[in-house]
Amino acid sequence: MPLRLEKRAEPSNTMALFSPVIAIALTLLFGAMVFASRGIDPLHGLYVYFLEPLSDEWNLEKLIVKATPLVLMGAGLAVSYRANVWNIGVAGQLQMGALMAGLVPVYFTSWQDPVVMPVMLALGILGGMAWAAIPAFLRVRFNANEILTSLMLVYVADFIFDWLVRGALRDPQGHNFPKTVNFAGWQNLPSWGDIHLGAVLAVIAAAGLAFMLFRMLKGFELRTLGAAPRAGRFAGFSASQSIYFCFLLAGGLAGLAGACDVMGVGHQLQTPYATPVYGFVAIIVAFLGRLNPVGAIVAGLLLALTFLGGEAAQTTLHIPDKIAKVFQGVLLFFVLACDTLVLYRIKWEARK
Amino acid sequence: MEQFYAIAITIVGASTPLLIAALGELVVERSGVLNLGVEGMMIIGAVTGFGAAYVTGNPYVGILAAIFGGMLMSLLFGFLTLTLLANQVATGLAITLLGIGLSALIGENLVGKQITRVPNFQGVDILIVFSFILVGLVSWFLFRTRYGLMVRAVGDNHSSAHAMGFSVIGLRYACVAFGGGCAGLAGGYLSLAQTPQWVENMTAGRGWIALALVVFATWLPQRLLFGAYLFGTISILAFTVQTFGWGIPSQLLSSTPYLVTVVALVLISRNKRLLTANTPACLGQAFVADR
Repeated sequence: MPLRLEKRAEPSNTMALFSPVIAIALTLLFGAMVFASRGIDPLHGLYVYFLEPLSDEWNLEKLIVKATPLVLMGAGLAVSYRANVWNIGVAGQLQMGALMAGLVPVYFTSWQDPVVMPVMLALGILGGMAWAAIPAFLRVRFNANEILTSLMLVYVADFIFDWLVRGALRDPQGHNFPKTVNFAGWQNLPSWGDIHLGAVLAVIAAAGLAFMLFRMLKGFELRTLGAAPRAGRFAGFSASQSIYFCFLLAGGLAGLAGACDVMGVGHQLQTPYATPVYGFVAIIVAFLGRLNPVGAIVAGLLLALTFLGGEAAQTTLHIPDKIAKVFQGVLLFFVLACDTLVLYRIKWEARK
Repeated sequence: MEQFYAIAITIVGASTPLLIAALGELVVERSGVLNLGVEGMMIIGAVTGFGAAYVTGNPYVGILAAIFGGMLMSLLFGFLTLTLLANQVATGLAITLLGIGLSALIGENLVGKQITRVPNFQGVDILIVFSFILVGLVSWFLFRTRYGLMVRAVGDNHSSAHAMGFSVIGLRYACVAFGGGCAGLAGGYLSLAQTPQWVENMTAGRGWIALALVVFATWLPQRLLFGAYLFGTISILAFTVQTFGWGIPSQLLSSTPYLVTVVALVLISRNKRLLTANTPACLGQAFVADR
């Protein structure tokens, strides 16, 4: 292979900033090729997919609404992955959060005062944390691989959600549709246009996590355990504790994301809700944001754009909206490939 | 008796794709690489296999196309993780995500189409037979051949293997490609022999179960045979129980394979001695040659 990597003496700061930009540019190039292969003018295709969704205020609101849960989940995952804790089951934690928040309107339909909203949000956080605590416990206590267990629990969460929304929680007056009663009044989040309180919470959470990760001892501890586990142990940091911490943090935020989503967008629970793939999108957000919680805000908006663009492409260009998943997967590829540039120089050389 | 045979053959049908995909991943992990993209490679294999069989009318061409499709995806994984040294966990997830999206896009015109399925005798087809042979072949290769020893050496200590003059990256590329081919074939089994049709997302987490099976089998091929059939049996029994009408929620039964996977992982992982004896020591670590 004529391609060789040469380790840089120090990580390149320029590349740290530019590698996501290069990755996005390459994804756009790939997109242009896909459009061209389907007989669509590539520039027109890219315009419809990536620019038109940004063209008016109403669409910008939709973008922020779509980005909100992705930022909440991505910011939590950024912290986890820094600590080398591989939670890939945020979709299940999101679903459990939505489910827990939804219990209040179903069982206390007439509860209407300002307290009900924070109670529902808190229940959502607890639901996500509880579901995330399972893989953390199994990892710490039994050494079971958290990647596999957290993902398996996504499928289980989906079945529980489906079972309850079709059964115990179903709206008796709902004409047999698999959904709950509508949330009313204080059971919904305050909103400005389409944008709901969740967007504010997402920004606060991301900023708070960035502060914790880079300015507080806890953040240093997590980063050390992630980068050099042995050094971390010698420093007296507990690996088990950090596993619990990361899972509860990301799980809680995913639960909050689920609660905000049903209280701010859906205003009811309905099945099917989230797929495992939705959780993978949150993983892309974490990586595209360079595992920095604040970066997750930008990345979340960009991934939200891929969803909106997919819808636009379907209606305007008549391409199936599955193209969104392809772009998301390709984007993650380019992000990972370009991250190599931060630590290595690429050299081309003739075979000896 | 006939009903018993029918259930037995469905169990074999459910176990075969798990077995083939897990055997491939076992070899990959033995070489020290963790490819979490099994699900993505499987679904690509399912769609390319079905598409090729539909276009050519020949299911055997479909089988080859399925292997090829899975292999292509795995080489993409190999390029990123082995050449560009990207994070293996994240790259595996990217493969899965891309596989799900790409397969849906490729297969949009294949939904509902009919193909000639892989011929079988009393429900036993050539891929089922092959899966058993593959167990023996992988076991023989890893533990009885020089190249198998080299693969295990690379997986256990890549620096020493490199010092001895083995091509760490070359061997790993070969193993990754083999794993991709197996995953593709496993996906192809679903769309060419088992169902036979193309349904979006038809792998439904089987790739992840195959990954868990490798841990469950503590990286030993013969135990994989046991594990895959155990899982196949459980998922079919859960499915059969649904038809009895005992009032057990169907969602609970559908989630059994995933729950069993979690339980199995816990039972195996808590026994550290059993696990560490066979875990490739360099699993998931990138290798950079010192020059």
